[in-house]
Amino acid sequence: MPILDSKLNKESDSFRKNKEATLEMTVALEELLEEASRGGGEEATARLRSRGKMPLRERISCLLDPDSPFLEISALAAWRSPFTIGSGFVVGIGVVENVECLILGHDPSVRAGAFNNFNMKKLMRGLEIARENRLPYIQFVESAGADLRGEAGDDPEAAIQRETEHFGESGRLFYEITELSKLRIPTISLVFGSSTAGGAYQPGMSDYNIFIKNQSKVFLGGPPLVKMATGEDATDEELGGADMHTRTSGLGDYLAKDESDGIRICREVVAHLNWKKLGPEADKNFSEPVHENDDLLGLVSEDLRSPFDIKEVIARITDSSYFEEFKPLYGPTLVCGWAKIHGYAVGILGNNGALFSESSEKAAQFIQLCNQINTPLIFLHNITGFIVGTDFEQGGITKDGSKMINAVANSTVPHISIILASSYGAGNYAMSGRAFGTRFTFVWPLAKIAVMGPKQMAGVMSIVGRAAAERKGIDFDERADAERAKIAEHWAEERSKGLYATSRIADDGMIDPRDTREVIAICLSSISSNVVKGTKEFGTWRM
Amino acid sequence: MEDVKPIERILIANRGEIARRIIKTCRKMNIVPICVYAETDSEAPFVNEADLAINLEGRTSLETYLNHEKLIDACKLTNADAVHPGYGFLSENHEFAKTVIDNGINWIGPSPEIIKSMGDKLSAKEIMKKAKVPTLPSVKIEQNTDIKAAADKIGYPLLVKASAGGGGKGMRVVREKEGLASAIDGAQREAKNAFGDSTVFLEKWLEDTRHVEVQIIGDQHGNIIHCYERECSIQRRHQKIIEEAPSSAVTPKIRKELGETAVNAAKAINYFSTGTVEFLLSDQGYYFLEVNTRLQVEHPVTEEILGIDLVQEQISIAENKKLSVSQKDLEINGHAIEARIYAEDPEKNFLPSPGVVQRWMPGNQSLTRFDSGVEEGTTVPSEFDPMIAKVISHASTRRQAAKDLAQALKSTKLYGIKNNKEFLESTLLHENFLEGDTTTDFIEKTNPPRARSISTSELEEAAIAVVMESQALNRSSAKVMQSIRSGWRNSVMPPQSLELKTKKKQLLIRYQSKRNGTFEIIDSEGNKRPVRLYTSGNGKLDFELEKTRVKYDVIKIGNKWFVQNFRGHIEFEEIPRDSQDGEEENSIEIKAPMPGAVIKTLKNEGDLVLKGDLILILEAMKMEHQIVAPRKAKISRMHAGVGDQVTNNQVLVSFEDEHEEKK
Repeated sequence: MPILDSKLNKESDSFRKNKEATLEMTVALEELLEEASRGGGEEATARLRSRGKMPLRERISCLLDPDSPFLEISALAAWRSPFTIGSGFVVGIGVVENVECLILGHDPSVRAGAFNNFNMKKLMRGLEIARENRLPYIQFVESAGADLRGEAGDDPEAAIQRETEHFGESGRLFYEITELSKLRIPTISLVFGSSTAGGAYQPGMSDYNIFIKNQSKVFLGGPPLVKMATGEDATDEELGGADMHTRTSGLGDYLAKDESDGIRICREVVAHLNWKKLGPEADKNFSEPVHENDDLLGLVSEDLRSPFDIKEVIARITDSSYFEEFKPLYGPTLVCGWAKIHGYAVGILGNNGALFSESSEKAAQFIQLCNQINTPLIFLHNITGFIVGTDFEQGGITKDGSKMINAVANSTVPHISIILASSYGAGNYAMSGRAFGTRFTFVWPLAKIAVMGPKQMAGVMSIVGRAAAERKGIDFDERADAERAKIAEHWAEERSKGLYATSRIADDGMIDPRDTREVIAICLSSISSNVVKGTKEFGTWRM
Repeated sequence: MEDVKPIERILIANRGEIARRIIKTCRKMNIVPICVYAETDSEAPFVNEADLAINLEGRTSLETYLNHEKLIDACKLTNADAVHPGYGFLSENHEFAKTVIDNGINWIGPSPEIIKSMGDKLSAKEIMKKAKVPTLPSVKIEQNTDIKAAADKIGYPLLVKASAGGGGKGMRVVREKEGLASAIDGAQREAKNAFGDSTVFLEKWLEDTRHVEVQIIGDQHGNIIHCYERECSIQRRHQKIIEEAPSSAVTPKIRKELGETAVNAAKAINYFSTGTVEFLLSDQGYYFLEVNTRLQVEHPVTEEILGIDLVQEQISIAENKKLSVSQKDLEINGHAIEARIYAEDPEKNFLPSPGVVQRWMPGNQSLTRFDSGVEEGTTVPSEFDPMIAKVISHASTRRQAAKDLAQALKSTKLYGIKNNKEFLESTLLHENFLEGDTTTDFIEKTNPPRARSISTSELEEAAIAVVMESQALNRSSAKVMQSIRSGWRNSVMPPQSLELKTKKKQLLIRYQSKRNGTFEIIDSEGNKRPVRLYTSGNGKLDFELEKTRVKYDVIKIGNKWFVQNFRGHIEFEEIPRDSQDGEEENSIEIKAPMPGAVIKTLKNEGDLVLKGDLILILEAMKMEHQIVAPRKAKISRMHAGVGDQVTNNQVLVSFEDEHEEKK
């Protein structure tokens, strides 16, 4: 395979400026991650410790094989929301007894581990990762149940008006836990504290339950509810203590004497699973890219307008910087080709401009080829969208773009998306955006994801408004329009930022560009726990 | 005297280090070495190195290396034409020597008559007294001996000494009359167990004396010469641990006198083969102690300063050849010192500590000679003497020989078994030793450190080496995501950590890898120290800690980490990450500290014992170990009785659980 050359001018002003901007964001990212790691804060953590309990992240660290990696998912969920950053949940992929597992834990220091919309979305994402990639599922349960406070301080009537969710559609998590079991993906619950009412079904639906002496409490109704319902006076130990459940009810399978003993038992359970990965094996002999990893910081500009060569990214993430390009002369705004990352064979699609008919067709062909040889796909997003204009519409851009989306949607090899810079409109879909069954999606710090660019959107709204005024025969207030456009652009900009997307769990997390290669490698290894198999079946190709 | 045909096959009626030593000379003389072995020695190096070996089918000394019948059978089975007894075991057993000769097999050693006449220390003293060799006053203890009167006649302090055997077994120093009876009782029991003869005698005990002995060789044609003296004053538990030649206290005048006295003593009994005349040397003079009618453990120091092979001389003499050297050929060249490495615990009164030698890599071999009985993986069995190796240095000066030897010990890797290596080092480098101020009470008087002292910063640096090796091994043994950087994180998680402990200190080392492949060590005070790793994962650690490049050899065996660099050796125990049951404060049982046999019980089930009360005596490694009550308690059960063989950690005594009682 040929080694990619780098034409990057590291002495240029733009490189230096880009690097400064990205570094500024990575520092902000580190600060936010630091904040997220503190969970409910020092006081709450001290309270936990005083009760002989470990903070959630410590529990997870104790579970992981020493010195093995841990890929946290959506660490910044609920940033810029009324909830604690991180959402009171930690979800991630970690190695336990040499088995890649999906590990999920309630953080007891954050509102006693209660559920909210953010962490529920994160939890469902965790279950999805376990299911799609066939990763044994380990949950550290300790939850006060639903957070009944909702979005505190709001006008209740306004809240009702805004709500789009209803209890009637809740509970999918229990369905998914048992579905994992049905799919022969073991589920393990380690109950660290109270798990009441609906929460009781978290262990209830699990394959293996480890309860901790004098600490785990699992019941459908706690002592107050029992008193109200039947008049019975019951202590919580009698009602749902670890001793009772492991000796009397049989809901618990293992009785641990303390937290670290429970974690030890959990490791033993994973060890006995005799887990065999079903996917491709990586070639163990590989070399690092020949170009400098740090250069990835200087590619993306803050306003995203100045372009960069996607091959500069590819040259810094593939083994030995090797890349065998497919159809280099045809549809060059989409770069396609084969490479290896940490010894895993992959197909890579990366944007070098807007999508044209030729580049879309090339993508459709390339995706089919990768399906033919069961090769996972990496999508490197820097896409403002499909090309627009009369010539292109007449040339069938919608028809050809549909081919690409058809191929992406029906492809059955795993997709990994890294959003480097912009990912706008249908371009996001065509590059296997979050909604297209992508196994993993990560964003770079300066990335923006939206229906279209904020400036374009404000401009479009202004044009549409002017047209409506004309139709109605009223005067168009230029000043008011300018004001409106400015506000619209500001909020569109805020909502398009990578950090906002990541806080809404619209991706799996924001990463430092320098971690891209290893993040992809961890994803590829996790993906290989399941079968990697392509398809020949696609939707009807519009010809 | 009839001609003896050349020896072709030697059966070595011994084991360990000395068996290997004899094999070496056999090879030089083109003689077939044959070994015999006990079950526990079946995989020992000496058995591997022999051309032929016979399984003696037993575990104890009595069943094997002391069993005349089995040894004679082994000779017949292998057509051995000579027996070399080595030292210890049957080397000074005149009956066995006679049996060997009666079976038409050559005995490599003096005649049974000579052995017999010198075997009993008391009668040997009488013979020497007659030959005008200076001796110390002594009284034999018989059934009707008035012990008190006998002791008073000699005067305190005195020594209770077994008449048979040697090696410090059955010896007790008594300073006041109160301890006399129990000392005699203990010495008799030990002598009975070790030599099958409980005869003991009392002898005057002199303070500030040195143990000096003269090596002699004689052929069967009446030629007897001496090979100068050795000094073996450095002893613990009455056993020599450091020996040297020549003695720093012997002047040329005394040397000449000692040599002549030894030759005269030998002539008085028509001695032939190699032998040793032992003396006590004090300011007042020298006194005959005994004659050892065998090769000594410490013979190499003599070989080194004279450039001779004493085993070869022994074999030639047995072949009825004349001595290959004459007295005037022998000139002392420089100074040699030997140190004996034992499997023992210097911090627990040198208690034998049998086990498996997990790692054995002799150090500084260009300057020192290693006569060892072990290789990596060799078991030092509890049934026999726990000596692992003898290390011998030879230099132009005594001081240089001591330093070379200390350096050889320091750079020797010996892991997995408790040993006295560091203690030997600190003894050799003790200023009093270097000055030649060596009396038999050297150890008690100067009390050299039992282990080297290690500074906090050295300990931390070594712990960091362990941590770096640990993470490298964890990564290389990972079955998934092996290619990902050590401890990779994309969020803020607690750092990696490893908890280690030494005998004195517990250390928690926290660390995290950085994107550029370096590590950050977070010490106990929270200080961050950068580490840049050059080599790891193969036992050879090479890294920069801040600015300093450091190198360590690191190996993990079980849950123990062994770390060594130019400063010496440090041992860490890894504390498992999961909580373990703590030792109960109120122990409810006593476990055997090592495998052995119960030889006496002093308490019964139901007895109330106070802290420190003697409950039973365990014999292991030919030593008595007292099992005492750890606290005031009532014995609920004695799990072993007299004669029972117990394994390591086997429960010996159970106490009633007070908590249970209260319920």
